[in-house]
Amino acid sequence: MTKVGLKAGARKKRRLYFLLTSITVLGLAVLLVLSALEDSIRLFYDPTEIVEKNIGPGQDFRLGGLVEEESFESRETAGILINHFTVTDGNESVAVTYEGLLPDLFREGQGIVAEGSMNEDGIFVASEVFAKHDETYMPKEVIDSLKKRGEWQRRTAETQQKDNAL
Amino acid sequence: MIAELGHYFLVLALGLTVIQAIFPMIGAARGSDRMMMLGQPAAYGQFFFSLLAFLALTYSYLISDFSVSVVARNSHSLKPLLYKISGVWGNHEGSLLFWVMFLALFGAMVAYFGKGLPKSLRARVLSVQAMVGIGFYLFMLLTSNPFDRLSDVPFEGNGLNPLLQDPGLVFHPPFLYLGYVGLSVVFSFAIAALIEGRVDPAWARWVRPWTLLAWVFLTIGIVLGSWWAYYELGWGGWWAWDPVENASFMPWLVATALLHSAIVVEKRDTLKSWTILLAIIAFSFSLLGTFIVRSGIITSVHAFATDPERGLYILVFLALVIGGSFLLFAIRSDKLQAGGLFAPISRESGLMINNLFLSVAAAVVLYGTMHPLLSDAFFGVKSSVGPPFFNLVFSLLMIPLVVTMVYGPHLKWKRADIKGVNQRLMAVTGIALLAGLMTFYVTYGGAIMPAIWIGIGVWLLLSSLQELASRIKLFQAPFKDSMSRLRRQPRSSWGMTLGHFGFAVGLLGIVGTSAWTIEAQKVMGLGEDMTIGDYRLTLKDVIPVAGPNYTAVRGIISVSPKNGAENGEIFIAYPETRTYVSSPITTTEGDVKTTMAGDLFIVIGESQGQGRWGIRAYYKPMQVWFWIGTIIVVLGGLISLSDRRYRIGSPQGQKASRKMKHAP
Repeated sequence: MTKVGLKAGARKKRRLYFLLTSITVLGLAVLLVLSALEDSIRLFYDPTEIVEKNIGPGQDFRLGGLVEEESFESRETAGILINHFTVTDGNESVAVTYEGLLPDLFREGQGIVAEGSMNEDGIFVASEVFAKHDETYMPKEVIDSLKKRGEWQRRTAETQQKDNAL
Repeated sequence: MIAELGHYFLVLALGLTVIQAIFPMIGAARGSDRMMMLGQPAAYGQFFFSLLAFLALTYSYLISDFSVSVVARNSHSLKPLLYKISGVWGNHEGSLLFWVMFLALFGAMVAYFGKGLPKSLRARVLSVQAMVGIGFYLFMLLTSNPFDRLSDVPFEGNGLNPLLQDPGLVFHPPFLYLGYVGLSVVFSFAIAALIEGRVDPAWARWVRPWTLLAWVFLTIGIVLGSWWAYYELGWGGWWAWDPVENASFMPWLVATALLHSAIVVEKRDTLKSWTILLAIIAFSFSLLGTFIVRSGIITSVHAFATDPERGLYILVFLALVIGGSFLLFAIRSDKLQAGGLFAPISRESGLMINNLFLSVAAAVVLYGTMHPLLSDAFFGVKSSVGPPFFNLVFSLLMIPLVVTMVYGPHLKWKRADIKGVNQRLMAVTGIALLAGLMTFYVTYGGAIMPAIWIGIGVWLLLSSLQELASRIKLFQAPFKDSMSRLRRQPRSSWGMTLGHFGFAVGLLGIVGTSAWTIEAQKVMGLGEDMTIGDYRLTLKDVIPVAGPNYTAVRGIISVSPKNGAENGEIFIAYPETRTYVSSPITTTEGDVKTTMAGDLFIVIGESQGQGRWGIRAYYKPMQVWFWIGTIIVVLGGLISLSDRRYRIGSPQGQKASRKMKHAP
């Protein structure tokens, strides 16, 4: 074999090694990703879906919607704040309880997303409440849900009526 | 009037960009010097006019010209000057203008400093740079014109989101964009090389400093962003694996890989097609980051529906740039001659493994970021992939990467002796094991991963120092000799040592703060107290404060040791909650007490009525190590960039390139 041929052979071999290593690493990474996904993926439901799909206790998920007007109530015991409010999509609504301080952007009438699960009494126990730092102050998932339930259109029409009245 | 001028300059710049895209490319193919030479003046002119357009927009912000739609939407006449200026790039339209101006600037820099480049290569680089530019100019002019006027001129502007009014965020986007745009130069070089069908060490000597520059900018941009999140958002975190963050992290990972593979091309004249591929991928991620984040598409497929024009343009543009360059790569990459051989255990292999893991990491982040979008688009299932996913996958994927970082710098080019390296690292390995075991012992009963990671972090920290020590023959030669060797170390190897050392310091910080953070919250009246870790917080007073464009509530909180003497006050914290005049939201200004051991982070929330206030506190061990580590890394990058070999435009004659070949 010529010198050039030798070199080419070694090169092919090296390429093969590299390919095999890459495939192994990629394969392991895919396995890792899949197993990690299973535990950490959170489905998103709006109140209507919770009712329709009859979501019960034991499943962590994200709930999104508007904090219903005049539903918010909080009580302090020994320095710990316990909050109750209702989240609605204009169609159905779900009672939520959360222990702890709420984010600054939390207001009645505002869109929120909360993570947690349902308890035996059909109340959503939130472990975390996100109020999005967004220019529109409204999480995307909530906007989509409101549009689907017709609440968005109703509100837009209402605002327009108000504007026209002015 | 000024806005119309800005619009006009933008169109002029587009015209010059078209010239810059077409003629040098044709000239290079036909060997026509005159056509190739057109590239330079066109590049200068393009930069000149895009700069004028940018200045015109800045002027509109400065005089608060609310007849310009972007200004009305994003500015306010009462805003401090700094934030009026930062408002220019704090939105979709303005950021595009900013982007394209720097694209033009970097093109002009290639034109100016590239006198030493082969004529045809320079012409092609300029042409590719201009083609990318055309895409941006058209996108702006067709869908997102920053100079659009309003027919109903509002009396006052909407104001910038108060959360964004922070010095950290004034400089965060520009640095990020500089990083993104810097990668465009590397991309242009890669495409030009594919067309030329030639990659040699001289090419790599050009690509390396540009990659390094882009990478330093990206690093600074990302860190400023997390710095802002940490101090401004008041949830005590600095990284949340949010799509917006991931979008900047993916190009960073690939750019880091590219930075290392370019070394192999330069020194060993091999891994060429892989390096080209990385350059293409890195820039593709930059584009993805710029467009997808700004347009909000990544958070929801429905963003397409709300603005179909922009969405469609972005899709077509991305498909053209990314698809086109991959196609070119597929057709032309076999033209690149493979270079030197190396053994499985060698510096080259180490760098290849580093590349492999960095690329896989980028792919994982991409998948995690896109998963919600894909499952929504294909199955109609709305979901989110949270930090637990990324944290788990990353903490496992990074282990082999850091092990490679420990060994790699000790390995010789071509063929290395792993036994020798093991022997040399014995003491360091021992100390690292001990550190890991001690951590395990101290935190017994807790998770085991942090202990492993502390061990690995210490290992990397010490091995990077040991590598420097062995290079200057510390304790092997007379001390004076070692010192003079230390002074003679090339700056690029300082870059490596500092880069790896800083990475280790930052890594230890990440482990500390993500493994052992504690959080406490309580609703308190005046005089009441709470404890967190070893501290006791007493609410002394709450007072109202007035700022330039906000009013605030300020807490006065005395911090003392939990079990210490009654009056053992360590310091007083003054956290604030601000309510802005122009915007219906409030922001928290936490007060942070930083020590090397950890940060004590105190936030005051809203009033709970009856003179009671919600106080939140975090204790974040070793948080400051992360910031210090990143500063060292950036410093390493800058020092390496100042290496005279890379001085842009420095003559690279025979002598320089011969010296290169013999460099270690």
